[in-house]
Amino acid sequence: MAGVSEHRASISPFAGSVVGVDEREGDLGPAVHMVAVVAVLGTFPALSGLDLTVPRGHVCVLKGPNGAGKTTVLRVAAGLVPALRGTVTVLGSNVRADRRSVRRHLGYLGHATGLYADLSVEQNVRFAVRAAGSGTGQAIDSSLTRLGLDGRLRDLRVAHLSAGQRRRVALASLLAREVPLWLLDEPHAALDPDGRDLLDELVREAVGCGTTVLIASHDTERTARLADSVVHVQGGRAVDTTRVEHGDSDVE
Amino acid sequence: MWNDARVVLAKDLAVEWRSHVALRQVLPFVFTVVLLFAFGLDRVLVNDPLVSGDTVPVAYVAPGVFWLAVLFSAVMLVQRSISSELDDGAWDQLRLWGLDPAGVFVGKAAAVALQLLAIEVLLGGVVCVAFGVSVPSSPGAWLLIVTVMVLATIALSAVASCYAALSAGIRVRETLLPVLLLPITVPLLLASVQAWQGALTAETAAGWAWVRVDAVFAVVYVAVGVLAYGALMEE
Repeated sequence: MAGVSEHRASISPFAGSVVGVDEREGDLGPAVHMVAVVAVLGTFPALSGLDLTVPRGHVCVLKGPNGAGKTTVLRVAAGLVPALRGTVTVLGSNVRADRRSVRRHLGYLGHATGLYADLSVEQNVRFAVRAAGSGTGQAIDSSLTRLGLDGRLRDLRVAHLSAGQRRRVALASLLAREVPLWLLDEPHAALDPDGRDLLDELVREAVGCGTTVLIASHDTERTARLADSVVHVQGGRAVDTTRVEHGDSDVE
Repeated sequence: MWNDARVVLAKDLAVEWRSHVALRQVLPFVFTVVLLFAFGLDRVLVNDPLVSGDTVPVAYVAPGVFWLAVLFSAVMLVQRSISSELDDGAWDQLRLWGLDPAGVFVGKAAAVALQLLAIEVLLGGVVCVAFGVSVPSSPGAWLLIVTVMVLATIALSAVASCYAALSAGIRVRETLLPVLLLPITVPLLLASVQAWQGALTAETAAGWAWVRVDAVFAVVYVAVGVLAYGALMEE
């Protein structure tokens, strides 16, 4: 079976930066850098001065109660929610100034899967790859195989899939696109135990190839095993950061 | 822009190809609309010698019924087009993939336009039969009919796609979109009806004067869509 490392073979360097913004190896800063970010949803202050730094090639897990602002952190990093104040730098580029080019280099898996119910599994993944202008036909095939979506599922309409299978299709799209930053919002939701283990494996392989992964999750026991750092978000701020090393942790 | 437009167009047509919404829902709906108009207006509108008093020649009524039905089709098609993006968060993905918003607009409007054109061709036949319209024989009349059809379809697809994107973030978009869209299209509807009446009554010169309205509408709303779709997608 094809792995993430196979997908990355054609990308050099895989963990590279947004083209034209941060091209020198030596200049690679953190994958995600947020300083005093304020973001408002309607009139609700979802983020109120949040600071966050995620080094390249790391897995950072955001934990916190419902409404703490975890999802908003991911959406601000993706440029889907504008930062009212503060600076947001993703892959070396200012999200406000270079939103379009930043977006092309990240994969976002939110609560919704972003799939078209009337298209087949393969059509959805192929469209994602073509639309984003990243990934190859070989990457599509191997990602579908890796997520267990080959065979009869490949031509099945997404409308006929279970929630867990849809999640797998969304992950296959993400995997096929070969991007250096993954933003995952409750990625284990709806997946069966095998799917959860597979997702963990994919994250480990991707990080091994230089991908940075930012995860918002309530399943802290599982995600902590993947994490290089765990950031506790509360009231729209990062209240503490736990750096995880070889199973031990120390609070900074 | 053109490459992104092609990708979005192919996707939207693939969605229709697999779901058959235009074929199985929009088409029967507009056929029913035309037949209802035919039954409802039959006694008062046509040149029926049995009907006394003022009557209206069918050539003046059939274009109005046709273009109203096309307008309803456009509303349904564009509702469907935007719903497929919003149902499971694909709209966010379109933004995240870094597609050129102008390309997304052109692709989506072109998909609606192609479906609309196909519906118009079939609908034209139904209107001719239901209202007993005599098909014009002069090439000039046909040129006018086809020109109006193409321009009005482009204009309608463009304006409908713009308003669909505008209503995308609103919870009550299904009911709000027709309320926003229908009044805006009044000049387009009027011009298309007048031009077709000219073609059907051998007054093509008068008809061509109205084509300018369709053309202006098409140019303005394609330009608005190309320039403003990015802002509409981000709202």
